[in-house]
Amino acid sequence: MSYIKDKRKKIIIGNVSNQLIIIYTLLVLFGWVNIYAANFDNNSTAIIDFSRNAGKQIIWIGLAGFFAIFILLIDSRFFSIFSYPVYIIIMLSLIAVIFVGKEVAGSRSWFQIGSFALQPAEFGKFATSLALSKYLSATNIRFEEFKTRIIATIIIIIPFLLILLQNDTGSALVYGFFIFVFYREGLSGNILIIGVLLAFMLTLSLIVNKYIIISCLAVVTLYFVYYTRRFKKDRILFIFAFVLSASLLLSFDYIYNNVLKTHHRDRIEVLFGKKVDEKGAGYNVIQSKIAIGSGGVIGKGFLEGTQTKYNFVPEQSTDFIFCTVGEEYGFLGSSIVVILFIYLIVQIISLSERQRSPFSRIYGYCVAVIIFAHFVINIAMAIGLLPVIGIPLPFFSYGGSSLLSFTILLFVFIKQTGDKHEII
Amino acid sequence: MKVNYEERANVLQVIFIIIGIIFVIRLFFLQIIDSSYKNSANNNVLRYTTDYPGRGLIYDRNNELMVCNEAAYDLMIIPKDLKKDFDTLSFCSMINIDINDFRTRLDKAKKFSRYKGSVFEAQISKEDYASIQEKMYKYKGFYFRLRTIRKYIKPIAAHVFGYIGEVNQSIIDKDNDKYYKAGDYVGIAGIEKQYEQELRGSKGLKILMADALNRDKGSYKNGEYDIAPVSGSNLYSGLDYALQEYGEKLMENKRGSVVAIDPSTGEILALISVPSYDPNLLVGRTRTKNYKLLQDDPNKPLFNRALKAKYPPGSTFKLINALIGLQERAITFSTTYPCSRGFHYGGLNVGCHEHNSPLDLEGSIIHSCNAYYCKAFGAILNKYKTDRDGYIVWRNYVTKFGFGNKFNSDIPNHSSGFVPKAEYYDKRYGKNGWKWLTVISLAIGQGELGITPLQLANMSAIIANRGYYITPHLIKKIGNKVPNKEYLVKHYTGISKIYFDKVADAMYNVVEGGTGMGGKINGISVCGKTGTAQNPHGKDHSIFVAFAPKDNPKISISVFVENAGFGATWAVPIASLMIEKYLNDTVLRKDLEDRMFKPIP
Ligand SMILES: [Zn+2]
Repeated sequence: MSYIKDKRKKIIIGNVSNQLIIIYTLLVLFGWVNIYAANFDNNSTAIIDFSRNAGKQIIWIGLAGFFAIFILLIDSRFFSIFSYPVYIIIMLSLIAVIFVGKEVAGSRSWFQIGSFALQPAEFGKFATSLALSKYLSATNIRFEEFKTRIIATIIIIIPFLLILLQNDTGSALVYGFFIFVFYREGLSGNILIIGVLLAFMLTLSLIVNKYIIISCLAVVTLYFVYYTRRFKKDRILFIFAFVLSASLLLSFDYIYNNVLKTHHRDRIEVLFGKKVDEKGAGYNVIQSKIAIGSGGVIGKGFLEGTQTKYNFVPEQSTDFIFCTVGEEYGFLGSSIVVILFIYLIVQIISLSERQRSPFSRIYGYCVAVIIFAHFVINIAMAIGLLPVIGIPLPFFSYGGSSLLSFTILLFVFIKQTGDKHEII
Repeated sequence: MKVNYEERANVLQVIFIIIGIIFVIRLFFLQIIDSSYKNSANNNVLRYTTDYPGRGLIYDRNNELMVCNEAAYDLMIIPKDLKKDFDTLSFCSMINIDINDFRTRLDKAKKFSRYKGSVFEAQISKEDYASIQEKMYKYKGFYFRLRTIRKYIKPIAAHVFGYIGEVNQSIIDKDNDKYYKAGDYVGIAGIEKQYEQELRGSKGLKILMADALNRDKGSYKNGEYDIAPVSGSNLYSGLDYALQEYGEKLMENKRGSVVAIDPSTGEILALISVPSYDPNLLVGRTRTKNYKLLQDDPNKPLFNRALKAKYPPGSTFKLINALIGLQERAITFSTTYPCSRGFHYGGLNVGCHEHNSPLDLEGSIIHSCNAYYCKAFGAILNKYKTDRDGYIVWRNYVTKFGFGNKFNSDIPNHSSGFVPKAEYYDKRYGKNGWKWLTVISLAIGQGELGITPLQLANMSAIIANRGYYITPHLIKKIGNKVPNKEYLVKHYTGISKIYFDKVADAMYNVVEGGTGMGGKINGISVCGKTGTAQNPHGKDHSIFVAFAPKDNPKISISVFVENAGFGATWAVPIASLMIEKYLNDTVLRKDLEDRMFKPIP
């Protein structure tokens, strides 16, 4: 009886893994089509031109395919066993790149190898996922313990800080999304809610004067303190919350004005309409929205997007690749891409839940939230819901490091799901 | 606290799905609801450029080209392409403007657009273009755009052709078809204005694409949406270019006008008003400056005397009164009136010169007797119950000759002249306060009458045609078609042909042996009538109307020479030479010609 049940489950899992591979392949191929369009030049119509982005990406896709197959062939225990060494090696390379890396657009985050460049930060997410899964799945570790949470946080904070040092704010931001993994492993949902409320309050402070917000908070606090005066314990809690949020607000204000660079501030202010700057920080967003918005229902067609073809959107094959989809394939094409991503992420979570090994489950969650982080930040930026934060769209954007790291990230998970040895 | 992990997985999945839905909704608004992005994308990439058609050409009656187009170059500016080290001084000296002017124009261009080209200096001639073009490489941000400008082959007929100029805001506002855009040219006066619709053709549109760096990316959809320009229609004028030129030469250094009409068709052969100007002065970049000079010229060269000056027609008007008198049977061919150096009635005296007396109708025309016409005029008006009734009948005949009305014609901006209505005198003298004697000056073409040289030439054509006229007009064909059905209609005066024959005979004798003797041409039977328009401001104006040959006339003409005294001295020989030139092509009377070329002493 239980055998039959088990077998059915295995079949389902097998199907889901296959679906993941199919979606992965679709995204990579559709991504390549769009990279080709974004770099299309009437004067050079050769599909395989290795001096151009689309040509180079073919090499990267080939390499990614090779890695994918390699991962599916090797023993699945390899990664759980070597989690820490991988983590340490990547962290060291993140340190090394600060000193020997090539500076590109103000960020020192690339290793130049011949004509190809590698960005270790992309692999940082994979390494962190491995280390985090390894640590949290250890038999003697209980997430309820405070110590566990501290160590797990440190595993995340290290690459976060190293990447921040490389001036790559976008990639660093992704590490914040590991909080969803913590939530799944037992972090109080209130913390998520408080996090959302804090984010809302801090966002609001960009639009409304911070003293007005503090005054409003004070009024609300006074009301609750008066209303709940019979519960002394709650009264203190409210006052504590007020003091905490007020000081957070003020320190955020300090960070915003003194730690953030001018171009970050510009991007944020453009997003909130506080600054209109068609040629500066606002240019990318405006052109990106024009590209997507002009796509209409079914788009202008392959190689027909004028925004795309004539380079109105900067960084179009990397950070703004979604513009090409929006312009040339319209609402239909871009919705399909959004649905594919959401479906992929939701399936990874479902699949993770079915894993018997905590390592596989936690790793699966890491994969889901990392893909989700990139997806959300990248597309929200392209459609003008977030300030310009340069991070690639997984599987889609031009760039070897990104494609390779996401391929490895995903296929290690796929390999885990097919694995039945690591049952504790 | 027990954690429900299954539920947490669902919470996360729901959060992610909600984010996905938010994105799809946002995309729906961006891509489907809000259509402004399509325009923005088009604005980014599409460059609409006007393809200007060639303006129609104008030919004379012998298919000789009179007006054509010539290449000119608009100097265009794209402000954003101007380099920091731009050498403003040398640039200004090259195109001959001062530095303040440069700044004003640059500001104007920037206001229009920093990225799109606008006109910096319009219509630079081919010659200037050649020398500027060589140095253009030094001035990034400027380029040339080819336009055509008008070229008037000979420096004549300025009043006929008029001129074109850039449209102003009021033209753009009034234009219901929304055809004109700032920078377009439009006919402002003359034929150029009258036939603007036909001459301009229609503009074409080229849609080009440009990339983010404004580099040319070729035509949009292979020109599928381009509109080809349609050239303007060519106009065929009834004007005789050589005759016009000859007439202007004869009238040089004088003031006045010559209007010649082909009576059988109503086509204007020559339309001369002097002082005039070279029509090429009002072309290209110097137009505004020159226009101002012409406007301020005390000789008023812009004033078209032939169409707008209102003169009392003097003795030439006696022909009309003779015809009306005959038709009204107030007089006959044999009616004679005595003249004792004028017409004297009560206290009224209208003087006359020395001649045989009494005179019959023919004699009265030959000798231009004032007394005869005063009496004849009285006879016409006295026929009716009141003189006022008689006057209304008389005036009705006069207007049938085209006096006091505008022609339904392409002749630009011409005056209707003035033939007072009965009400005019009622107002002045009271309803029953005036009689034929009150308005007796009309009998000899003086008084309140205001007649334009064009109307007088038309009168001559009516006599030449023995009773009708075809509306005088400048353009006989647009491409292959007649511009106006009106030009095929004969307008009758209601006076019998036999009376016209008689008057024509008399006019022939005016030239053969009367006041118009100076107009005689060997081998051509010229009919004419002299006149003098009284001028309260100085010497009288010399007038002559004529047609020739007497039978089957080919040309009828009116000549006004201001301040030239008696008609015979200047107006007669000029009309005669014009007739000789038109009918014989060459003028044999070189002495007379030379005398006429000289200014009035
Ligand atoms: Zn007399």
